[in-house]
Amino acid sequence: MSAANQTTLTASQLARQHWLGVLAKVPAEQLQQQWAALDLTPDYQLIRPPEIGLTMVRARVGGSGQPFNMAEMTITRCAIRLTSGTLGVSYVAGRDKRKALTVALADALLQEDTDQQLQQQLVVPLEASLQAAADARAADASQTKVDFFTLVRGEDE
Amino acid sequence: MYVAVKGGEQAIDNAHALMRKQRRGDTKLAELTVAQIQAQLPLAVDRVMNEGSVYDPELAALALKQASGDAVEAIFLLRAYRTTLPRFGYSEALDTEAMQIERRISGTFKELPGGQILGATYDYTHRLLDFALLAEGEAAQAAREPASSEPLEPCPRVLELLNQEGLIERSRNEGEQDQTPRDLTREPVTYPAERTVRLQNLVRGDEGFLLALSYASMRGYGDSHPFAGELRTGRVSVALVPEELGFAVEIGDMLLTECEMVNQFHGSATEPPQFTRGYGVALGRSERKAMSVALVERALRADELGEMVAYPTQDQEFVLSHTDCVSANGFVSHLKLPHYVDFQSELEMIRRLRREQQTSTQQTDAEQNDV
Repeated sequence: MSAANQTTLTASQLARQHWLGVLAKVPAEQLQQQWAALDLTPDYQLIRPPEIGLTMVRARVGGSGQPFNMAEMTITRCAIRLTSGTLGVSYVAGRDKRKALTVALADALLQEDTDQQLQQQLVVPLEASLQAAADARAADASQTKVDFFTLVRGEDE
Repeated sequence: MYVAVKGGEQAIDNAHALMRKQRRGDTKLAELTVAQIQAQLPLAVDRVMNEGSVYDPELAALALKQASGDAVEAIFLLRAYRTTLPRFGYSEALDTEAMQIERRISGTFKELPGGQILGATYDYTHRLLDFALLAEGEAAQAAREPASSEPLEPCPRVLELLNQEGLIERSRNEGEQDQTPRDLTREPVTYPAERTVRLQNLVRGDEGFLLALSYASMRGYGDSHPFAGELRTGRVSVALVPEELGFAVEIGDMLLTECEMVNQFHGSATEPPQFTRGYGVALGRSERKAMSVALVERALRADELGEMVAYPTQDQEFVLSHTDCVSANGFVSHLKLPHYVDFQSELEMIRRLRREQQTSTQQTDAEQNDV
């Protein structure tokens, strides 16, 4: 995400960008559990039924140079409209159509979530669990931090 | 030349049924699930994703199961599957500097900001078969002594950071704008190929071929004297800009291995002596692949750096047109198909040549006898 692009976003776009990222990254099973517990059954119309495709992922030469096409990744997208007219969309890595539908529904409901209730019940705990998983991986990695010593050899003296 | 044949349907059906039976193996043993392959043979899965050029661990594990563990066959299956899916555009360029590090080492700098993190590695193991894994049940896991209780610090890119003296080439010039890279899945490679196209080709290239080429380039067939500047593995966020939103959204994480090699460079008419860089990246935990890509990537820069192109490892067309294991396997394997008509005609020709040779020898003998 380029910084220039980011600065022009409105507060509501930034909020939407954030929850779409969290919902896409959380493991499907966890998302469905959290979603089912909320017992939400909004009326909606499918604008674009969940559809599986590929996106070409770009990386950069040397990590920070010119972009190049690295490899494709499977992705599922979906778009729905609530009876209120609000559009919800999803773009999630992988081939889980159910997850794509859930994320699209959540996206629409979160846009109407003026009292931040759904944000608190869905996005906040899922984001916390993503962070916990990342922390656990970082803790594992930090156990393997190494200090090498260079030995002075006799002939160098 | 291959000429189409007809018939044999029943035998082919039976052969495929036999293949399925062989793949299943002894039915007294539990059948391997795709989830088990994905969880317990992750490095095999990573190889299939890399050369299949599709990041989807579950599909790669399924392909491995279907192919009885044959990596090249599994890669072929994944490549075939990808052609059935629509393309939803291109991602934003990854920011690998923001990688959540799980392993990060440098062969050039002992002390670097963020430190050296070994992660999960086969390095420093004794390569002795572990018969505990052969026994039933869970292998005992040794209790780990915490080596460090410090949390991980940010790990900036080593080569950029330690380049204050300017002795290492930069991967990007001041104010350089992004160009849209060519995509070799959409248009064929033309020579000389841009660096971006070469990298795309190498990342999906056969690991064994690239490993051998990089080995050759260091053994004297490429004038390469590399150091592993940095090798890192971890998760990187993937984002794209959906048309209907107009801003980037993250779609998930990708586990990647990245390698930067530094090579000495004696300088040219326009460039002072300095270290040049070779870059490699691979899906999953694929260190050998990422290192091989980086080494071959650097060897293929010979032309652009004004070095003499003297070896196959530096020859773009030789390397890039032979990296693809699906193409290579296809061409070698097609020899198994019936070439009956073709071979028959060559047989005829050899017979005729022999007859002609015999006749001319007899004639020569007769002429010599006449003398």
